[in-house]
Amino acid sequence: MGVKLLLEKANVPGIRTYDVYRREGGYVTAEKALKEMTIEAIVEEVKKSGLRGRGGAGFPAGMKWSFIAKPEGVPRHLVCNADESEPGTFKDRYLMEFLPHLLIEGLLISSFALGSNDTYIYIRGEYAWVATILEEAIEEATKNGFLGNNILGTGFDCRIHVHRGAGAYICGEETALIESLEGKRGNPRIKPPFPAIQGVWMRPTVVNNVETLAAIVPIIKMGGEEYAKIGIGRSTGTKLISACGNINKPGVYEIDMTISVEDFIYSDEYCGGIANGKKLKACIPGGSSVPILPANLLLKTAKGETRYMNYESLSDGGFATGSMMGSGGFIVLDEDQCIVKNTLTLARFYRHESCGQCSPCREGTGWMEKIIQKIELGKGEISDIDLLWDIQRKIEGNTICPLGDAAAWPVAAAIRHFRDEFEWHINNRELSQTSNFGLQHYADPIHVPA
Amino acid sequence: MSEQTLLKVTVDNITIEVPAGTTVLQAARQIGGAVAPPAMCYYSKLQGSGGKCRTCLVEVSKGSEKDPRPMPKLVASCRTTVMDGMEVKNITSEKVIDARAGVVEFLLLNHPLDCPICDQAGECHLQDLSFEHGKSSTRYEFQRRTFKKHDIGKHIQLHMTRCILCYRCVFVADQLTNKRAHGILDRGDHAEIATHIEKSLDNEFIGNVIDVCPVGALTDKTFRFKNRVWFLKPMDAHRNCPTCSGRVTLWNRGDEVFRVTARKDEWGEIEDTPEGKPGWICNTCRFDKKHAADWIIQGPREISRHSVIAQGHYAGNIGTTLPTEIFNAVNEGRSPHLLMDIHNESEVNLPSVHLSEIEGPSHGTTFNNNINKPNK
Repeated sequence: MGVKLLLEKANVPGIRTYDVYRREGGYVTAEKALKEMTIEAIVEEVKKSGLRGRGGAGFPAGMKWSFIAKPEGVPRHLVCNADESEPGTFKDRYLMEFLPHLLIEGLLISSFALGSNDTYIYIRGEYAWVATILEEAIEEATKNGFLGNNILGTGFDCRIHVHRGAGAYICGEETALIESLEGKRGNPRIKPPFPAIQGVWMRPTVVNNVETLAAIVPIIKMGGEEYAKIGIGRSTGTKLISACGNINKPGVYEIDMTISVEDFIYSDEYCGGIANGKKLKACIPGGSSVPILPANLLLKTAKGETRYMNYESLSDGGFATGSMMGSGGFIVLDEDQCIVKNTLTLARFYRHESCGQCSPCREGTGWMEKIIQKIELGKGEISDIDLLWDIQRKIEGNTICPLGDAAAWPVAAAIRHFRDEFEWHINNRELSQTSNFGLQHYADPIHVPA
Repeated sequence: MSEQTLLKVTVDNITIEVPAGTTVLQAARQIGGAVAPPAMCYYSKLQGSGGKCRTCLVEVSKGSEKDPRPMPKLVASCRTTVMDGMEVKNITSEKVIDARAGVVEFLLLNHPLDCPICDQAGECHLQDLSFEHGKSSTRYEFQRRTFKKHDIGKHIQLHMTRCILCYRCVFVADQLTNKRAHGILDRGDHAEIATHIEKSLDNEFIGNVIDVCPVGALTDKTFRFKNRVWFLKPMDAHRNCPTCSGRVTLWNRGDEVFRVTARKDEWGEIEDTPEGKPGWICNTCRFDKKHAADWIIQGPREISRHSVIAQGHYAGNIGTTLPTEIFNAVNEGRSPHLLMDIHNESEVNLPSVHLSEIEGPSHGTTFNNNINKPNK
């Protein structure tokens, strides 16, 4: 049984309400932080904890906080990024739906540390009922004196506003989120200036993921050093993983990052093995934008070491033989899944969600989708694979925001590891429409195009 | 502070000193010639423009004197400000040339290439860009996106099919007119410039969207299909206009005025007035004053770079400020800029082709079929 910090109380009946949450020891940490700790001490604890952003990029949260500019007379803002739109990721929804007060407590402590009197939760529009839950929780917290003016007699004011997005993946990118929050079209801004200098309404802003902000509560409760002892290396603390796909027990799991990928998939405590007695074919370990890995590279790194569920181990081998922790959307594919079709689904998603601002992403994502669709329909040519490779290479790194990279990586990884399946699709036009490539690739050596 | 600090920046091995806050693109433009990266969306007179088209990507091989680390990715030179001691590679970087060729291909994916019937032909930035940085063919084999033509207002036609979504016209409407009535609808490759529910644009300065459009997406209805720009003679002229600067370029044939545009500099941007303000012109000047008698003619317009009329007349400094040894090396012998481009593209000039060995009368296809092309 692993350590549970966030979801410890998730199964307590009625934990969604203030009364039960308070009875279970809620808001004690907030009282401690606001009454007994200085702003610097809180930031120092977060830095010590080594907490890394849980939204996908894994940037150290404490460092992000220390970047925020503090000009005289200009308000600062904390924005909670609840626009969880990465396919395969649903951990934040779980957290907000069942433990709204944990997020609010985390937000309160973080707002205090950052000096944000108006804190925003930008939630995706599709989470309509979650937004209502959050609003109810905010109301309860306000009634009990944990939000509003002069909180706990400390003189600190904090209001939390819930802002509903209109359903755009791109608004999960922090600068697009800021634009959208301001009421504009959700186009990512060109950086610099970074949000820590000029964010919402040109004021210094910190944008953090839901899980990151919720993790502030256990960090302050147990102290940064204690928190850093959980986990391994630079992957400290616990991480929520939303597992889905062809597994026996899909769901949100809290892991302490020392567990191996094999254990995570096959142990009964977590995913419970591949559904219907099938074999594992591939896995996208961190949300749809991270590179897909074939089974042999997922369980063991290229050096033959066991792969663990943490930031370093998952990215071991770079993009050639590794992947990324990402947002923790763990998508498992069994032997019946077609990689070409899977890649097509992802390419279609990114084509649909590209904001259309910069040309490589706007045009390239659509082009890639069309080519993969052609291959999927059995009309492809061998040269199309090289063309795809060239297109993704020209998108990656040449765009304003990371959506271009996110669109390029899945395609690159699919070709890198499953080129033979693409070729099989092209060479067996009729067969590929009725049957599946299956596991022929399973034990193959790694393909790395020159 | 009366004395401004000057920062040293090196672009393609040419060092220049510029004031703080200058962008890499502006610094490169001060050097001029082939060192200046192309820009499709950036427009120095429009606040907030740039960064979108990605044609101006450059490699920063040395961040600054203080922090000499190179930047990990290519950066958009139009939105990156200069640091002291920064070293930038534009045409000397293979990465840049490769990425730029990619961007040109992307921009042309959904562009109809209807240049023969497009009014912008001859002064189209996309034509220049694809000629200088693109490839002669496309690898795209699917249907291109198309849109219906829209009349937005009495004088302007919007042909979205040609649009490359540079957002310049949106910035013009935002910054020049008091009430913006058009913007971008949808997103991704199905995004389009549109007025909400077919509203017309009728602001007095909205005609400037035609001048800023780098392609033929926004055209002047009073000039559409009237004449080719290279058959017209550009003349500087002015009139005493109560609303705008009144300083324009007339495009004449004989005494007949075919169209009126603002004066554009060598980067295709609106020229400043002597008072230092951008010389935007009003709709009255642009659309209604189409008689030579309305104007006081100042003389022939100096030839701008971005026009076919500039052919052989361009007075810019290509080749003059560049150290020749570098220029030749990086440009694969493209010293006389235009001529050598044609030379390189033409198969007749391949060193491996011996004209005497080709049987019968020869033309393009004969060459393509009969010769083993070396890997270019």
